[in-house]
Amino acid sequence: MKRYAPVLLLAAVVVAVQLLLGAVKSEFLLTQLTMSAYYTLVALGLCLLMGYAGQVSLGHAGFFAIGGYTTAVLSTAAAAAFSFAPWLSLPAAVAATAVVAFVIGVPVLRLRGHYLAMATLAFGFIVSRVILGTALFGQADGISDVPGIRLFAGLVLTGKRNLRVQNYYIAWTLVTVGLLFAVNLIGSRVGRALRAIHGNEEAAAAMGIDVGRYKLAVFVLSAVYAGVGGACLVHFNAGIGPGEAGVMKSVRYVALVAAGGMGSPGGTVAVSAVLTFLSLRGAFGLYDDAVFGALLVGIMLFAPDGLFGLVPALRGRR
Amino acid sequence: MGADQLLQYLLSGVTTGSVYAIVGIGFNIIYSSTGIINFAQGEFLMLGGMISVSLSHSMPLAAAIAIAVIVTGLVGVLLQLAFISWLKNPAVLRMIIITIGLSILVREASLHIWDEKVRALPFWSGNETSSLAVLGARISPQVLWVLGVSALMVGALTLFFRHTLTGRAMRACASNATAARLCGIRTSSLVTLSFFIAAAMGALAGCAVSPLTQTQYDMGTSLAVKGFTCAVLGGLGNVTAAVAAGLLVGVLEAASISVLPLAYKDVVALAIMLAILFFRPEGLFGSRAASE
Amino acid sequence: MSGALLEVQGLHHWFGGLHVINDVSFACRPGIVKGIIGPNGAGKTTLFNIVAGAFAPFSGWITFDGRGLTGLPPHQVAACGISRTFQATRLFPRMTVLENVMVGMHARARHGFLAGLAGPLFTRREEARVREACRNVLDLLGIGDLAGRGAGDLPFGRQRVVELARALAAQPKLLLLDEPACGLNPRETEEMSALISSIRARGATVLVVEHDMSLVMGICDEVLVLSSGRMIAEGTPREIQGNAEVVSVYLGADDA
Repeated sequence: MKRYAPVLLLAAVVVAVQLLLGAVKSEFLLTQLTMSAYYTLVALGLCLLMGYAGQVSLGHAGFFAIGGYTTAVLSTAAAAAFSFAPWLSLPAAVAATAVVAFVIGVPVLRLRGHYLAMATLAFGFIVSRVILGTALFGQADGISDVPGIRLFAGLVLTGKRNLRVQNYYIAWTLVTVGLLFAVNLIGSRVGRALRAIHGNEEAAAAMGIDVGRYKLAVFVLSAVYAGVGGACLVHFNAGIGPGEAGVMKSVRYVALVAAGGMGSPGGTVAVSAVLTFLSLRGAFGLYDDAVFGALLVGIMLFAPDGLFGLVPALRGRR
Repeated sequence: MGADQLLQYLLSGVTTGSVYAIVGIGFNIIYSSTGIINFAQGEFLMLGGMISVSLSHSMPLAAAIAIAVIVTGLVGVLLQLAFISWLKNPAVLRMIIITIGLSILVREASLHIWDEKVRALPFWSGNETSSLAVLGARISPQVLWVLGVSALMVGALTLFFRHTLTGRAMRACASNATAARLCGIRTSSLVTLSFFIAAAMGALAGCAVSPLTQTQYDMGTSLAVKGFTCAVLGGLGNVTAAVAAGLLVGVLEAASISVLPLAYKDVVALAIMLAILFFRPEGLFGSRAASE
Repeated sequence: MSGALLEVQGLHHWFGGLHVINDVSFACRPGIVKGIIGPNGAGKTTLFNIVAGAFAPFSGWITFDGRGLTGLPPHQVAACGISRTFQATRLFPRMTVLENVMVGMHARARHGFLAGLAGPLFTRREEARVREACRNVLDLLGIGDLAGRGAGDLPFGRQRVVELARALAAQPKLLLLDEPACGLNPRETEEMSALISSIRARGATVLVVEHDMSLVMGICDEVLVLSSGRMIAEGTPREIQGNAEVVSVYLGADDA
């Protein structure tokens, strides 16, 4: 079916890139590509929230950090808790993210417009400050020496160089699956309901859609995407720092979703993968934050439908 | 907690609170005339401080401050004209994201012009060791400058809105732009003026507070968030209420160190913002109809 | 009033100090088209919105098909089998006509987030059923050819018909129409009247708020007249036309 084209394309590109890099002996690039996959997961979840439910979140980095820090703490300071099965720290991290999203989602999603924007911004800020102020989270130094996690079938989630290819595929498989889920959801009754909510909340309610419940569900789902990204990246990077929760990161995710086209998960993945990779490679040098700021302003001023929205033929709607 | 310590907290809180109030007033001025939340408001304080510090090396302090205020005011005008004025009926959300992006650009530009080092304006009177005795507590004379300058600005603004033709025109514009236009008021110039005023006020406050809290390229974001808290606490659009709100937030924040670890101080203002947004979005002094 | 599908009893509502609904009680038998008319400001839209669940009345109660309806939020009202249209068309502009109508069937379908994420394997059959039912509704209303068009691109008159289709998709027991003829020219109004009649012929019950007298008198079985929040008459269109108080309320009293 036509709607799965982005998923298949992504899978194909992922494999092609790895083979190509192997052929030209540039496999070191896989490291940043793997990292950019996990950041892309956040953007993907945010795309569902912003593009489909029409809600904004300027604090999504907070969920990334909650996922990351939870698994970091459970793997280091509190390692005794899951010593029988260390991999449990991953679902624990995701669960923590989901719970927090649920709890703050209930009051936050009742807000609209700039109140919603500022409330989510405040959330991200609070997460950032709590991390900076708490010894358990390593304060300004963050948490380091986080061990890898042994998954199933001999796979290990780690940054070790000899397992680089494996981890590249783990990361990008997660993104591909995430994209698959997103595409499925959008084409389903739920996706229609979300788009209806985005189109006109009052009419959506009159059609039998429980608007509050749907918004909350999509909010939690998008937070879970971010939490998964954060939790996995921590084990790949063997650590995490407070910068991951910062406002600048949250704004970046919004910029990536806006540029990819808020209604286009495929576009979001493409834009996010490329720009995050370039940023990690240092391509933007000292102007890193400025680039994303300029991207955000530019897109919002001139192409609020995103880069892919500029060219109707490319606009793979739905 | 002794009376001395209480007084210390009060004074410290009132000082920072008046700065927050100025940021909040800036939000309110622009919100009243355009319906936009201008997240770059915090950057104006930073710019005021930075520009005046650079200029203070080659001219008298007063001149440096005056020029910094005017230049920052013009930056505000530039932002409005270049990025905001030509948008037709933009969605509220789109606007706030744009102003967030603009605040980042201003911040990054400032980083490249000045670098990340902390700077401070010289004390307006005395130096860092001078102190005055006020009711048993010792404070720096700069604190009085901050309070004085803030009070002066608020007073001048109130007079402006109430007794000058332009000020009243701005209030009319804020209340009903179409009706104002029909009366011959040039709403577009007034919008530009409101940006100038908000930016200039922010710059002056930034200069006043620079000797005490230093100026750094990234101080704008947290100020913007706290300023927004004040604006919302008082009721969005309500200029005078923002003053009370600012003082309240400042004092609560200062007092919080007695119960919370210092690192969580910033969370106080954020928690207040969330509480207001969740439970009383029209603010303490607003009416239900005023909130979205 | 047994056998009534919808029963409204002793409804009162205030906006500020204004008594906008003043002791309104009526019933609606199944299978008829009942019109609600009255001069501007009579409270028709307020009454309509209360029945649709947009807000709860200050006092009074509403029963539908034996179930209490008072104070239920709109999405639960819809789940009870009541659909509505809006006076100012509220289609979802960025969705196609077919998708709009499929949303109309939301309450009649089931799969949720988990099934949605998992994909067509789990949702295919239900989706096909919904899609086909919606195509049928479009065909029934004569706009089957518009299925793939963007809803926001259609001319106004067509949009009204799509909105009707969307409300019908859920096969409601009661259809609430909010000024269906609003903004339509005489020819379009006639088409709308015909559509509503055909809906009734298929066994639906319709409650319609309307200004356009030709539509009301033409298709309504019963008419209810509101003025300043009070019910001043209820009966067949013929009876209403002959009612002196109704006439004076619309045209002004002779000795005013």
